[in-house]
Amino acid sequence: MDTTSTSEKAPPPTGPPADGSGAGAGGPAPAPIKGNAVRPGDRIFRGLSRGSGITLLVIMAAIAGFLAYRASIAVSQNSVNFLTAFEWNPQGDPPAFGIGILAFGTVVSSVIAMVIAVPVAVGIALFISHYAPRKIASPLGYVIDLLAAVPSIIYGLWGALFLVPYLDGLTRWLDQFFGWTTVFEMSNPGSPARSIFTVGILLAIMILPIITNVSREVFLQAPKMYEEAALALGATRWETIRTSVLPFGRSGIISASMLGLGRALGETMAVATVLSPGFLFTWHILDPGSGTFAQNIAAKFNEADDFGRDALIASGLVLFVITLLVNGAARWIIARRKEYSGANA
Amino acid sequence: MSNTVLEKPQVTDPPPSSPALARRRLPRWSPIAVALVSAGLGIGIGNAAGWQSRIQWGLIGALLFVAITYGVTALVEDRRQARDKVATSVIWVCFAVAVVPLVSLAWTTISRGAKLLDGYFLSHSMGGMTNLEEGGGVYHALLGTLEQVGIATLIAAPVGLLTAVYLVEYGRGRLARAVTFFVDVMTGIPSIVAGLFVLAFWNLGLGFGPSGFAGAMALAILMMPVVVRSTEEMLKLVPNELREASLALGVPKWLTILKVVIPTSIGGITTGVMLAVARITGETAPVMLLVFGNTLINPNPFSGAQESLPLYVWNQYKLGNAASIDRAWAGALTLIAFVMLLNLLARGIARWKAPKAGGR
Repeated sequence: MDTTSTSEKAPPPTGPPADGSGAGAGGPAPAPIKGNAVRPGDRIFRGLSRGSGITLLVIMAAIAGFLAYRASIAVSQNSVNFLTAFEWNPQGDPPAFGIGILAFGTVVSSVIAMVIAVPVAVGIALFISHYAPRKIASPLGYVIDLLAAVPSIIYGLWGALFLVPYLDGLTRWLDQFFGWTTVFEMSNPGSPARSIFTVGILLAIMILPIITNVSREVFLQAPKMYEEAALALGATRWETIRTSVLPFGRSGIISASMLGLGRALGETMAVATVLSPGFLFTWHILDPGSGTFAQNIAAKFNEADDFGRDALIASGLVLFVITLLVNGAARWIIARRKEYSGANA
Repeated sequence: MSNTVLEKPQVTDPPPSSPALARRRLPRWSPIAVALVSAGLGIGIGNAAGWQSRIQWGLIGALLFVAITYGVTALVEDRRQARDKVATSVIWVCFAVAVVPLVSLAWTTISRGAKLLDGYFLSHSMGGMTNLEEGGGVYHALLGTLEQVGIATLIAAPVGLLTAVYLVEYGRGRLARAVTFFVDVMTGIPSIVAGLFVLAFWNLGLGFGPSGFAGAMALAILMMPVVVRSTEEMLKLVPNELREASLALGVPKWLTILKVVIPTSIGGITTGVMLAVARITGETAPVMLLVFGNTLINPNPFSGAQESLPLYVWNQYKLGNAASIDRAWAGALTLIAFVMLLNLLARGIARWKAPKAGGR
């Protein structure tokens, strides 16, 4: 309702004020009025707002440019393959550093987070939009909104001091019954659960509010008529949701998940507090070790000299590119489906 | 309310009153009964197997709840109803599963933070304290956060606002499309990347040392796209009739924007800016790279290392002794209280100004 009305409204403003904005296209006809309309104030204000927009573009270009420049300094002196090496030793002689383990850890922790968070978040969003009593629903949405604003360092603190001890039982149980899968095998049962698996769970909890918020907005926009039609045909509530709400919300869910994924990929402090990092590659996700791009930057920054910082910037550039791709994909999915404005992102 | 929705299909049942249409239904108390039974079984099995983790008990209880609900409903009613019931219970379980960690997070922070959080804690710094000493305070961090966030807002709010004005009121064509796209992309920049950029540009490139201002620049980068998006949405809500009326009276476009469009949506814009401020207040990573941390009070954001609240929490956590962990929790509670206060205030303003800003 909102989105359609605003998109209908959007075009007209060009029409009436035949000033600068219309100059390119509809110039000739309202020529006499135009002379009146372009005043210095107009020109300055338009220039200012346009300049701000350009500033944003310049900042984006500068981010890419500076990161690439510093990264190239570091990578050119690297003695091993930057993309595949499993060590981080820029202070060495010759310097050797690679992002292999970081890429692995980042991907695995984000995948765990997504596998847990997306279904649960969709469930909560449906709960708020379609199941909860009205009286509870709006305060709930409010609370979820607030939770999305909890700083990540607090999730980290809570994860390290509260979640890690609590997950001991679960990880031991996984090791006991699913250890044969290699993935869930613990080489040292009883060691604290400061593993990439725990990081995944913590990230899932962190991105839950964001995914829930965006999905809920989309579910609330689902056309009431379809739902009523489904109910009138005798559908149960779940059938109504499956046939009329979920298909409408699919692209919304995908873009919400992508936003959550972007958060999970770039999360620094929560990972840095929980994980005990290591540079030995292992498939055992319950073992301490591994690392993520952002966590590695936070952990290695204080001890790094200028060259070490350049090396960290190089890994940051990779993270930047990955998040750009993920976000770009999300926007592309939204753009393919115009009905959903994507404004809630 | 939801009960009426639940019963809608059944409410339509009675009029035909043919026996074929009247289905057998479970009594209304059945979900509660099933929940109690499965909770009991979960605790029983957990105890019998000797599992320590309450999480496992809960998970088993939840699984049993779903299974029993399906079985009973399929027996008494039919398959479709059973599936519906399962979906309902899965969604309730989802909700319960998510609420547990989030409530625990809030509770832990409040209960552990409240131990140390008092006037003394808020008004003293960590100057002259050894790591193991108890006490100490957060004043220097609070001051640093306020200054950094303040500077970031001064940079980001005008740029963000004007960009939004450009996109809504002027923007057509390729430049506007590019700005829209990159604002979207910018929203997703990880905070540590923003920090690395300022590090590469300001510290490594121009040779400045760590300072509150460097941190504020990174925070401003993170804040801008958020301000643009929220302001844009608010400006789009302003009815076009207002703009047309003003322009028809001969008011120049820039004055129309300044005196009609922005005042109409000022409530929503303020809310958006405050939410953005709340978001950057909790950012730790860029601050860690650029502001560096300091145990002393440094009121000058333009030179020398400063402290900030999230950084304080991180540093105290890293020290890892009982006294510093207590300080970390108290710092966390201060931070969360500050952020929540901003959030509540922002939403309060949104509600207070709603009739004007709504425009629907």
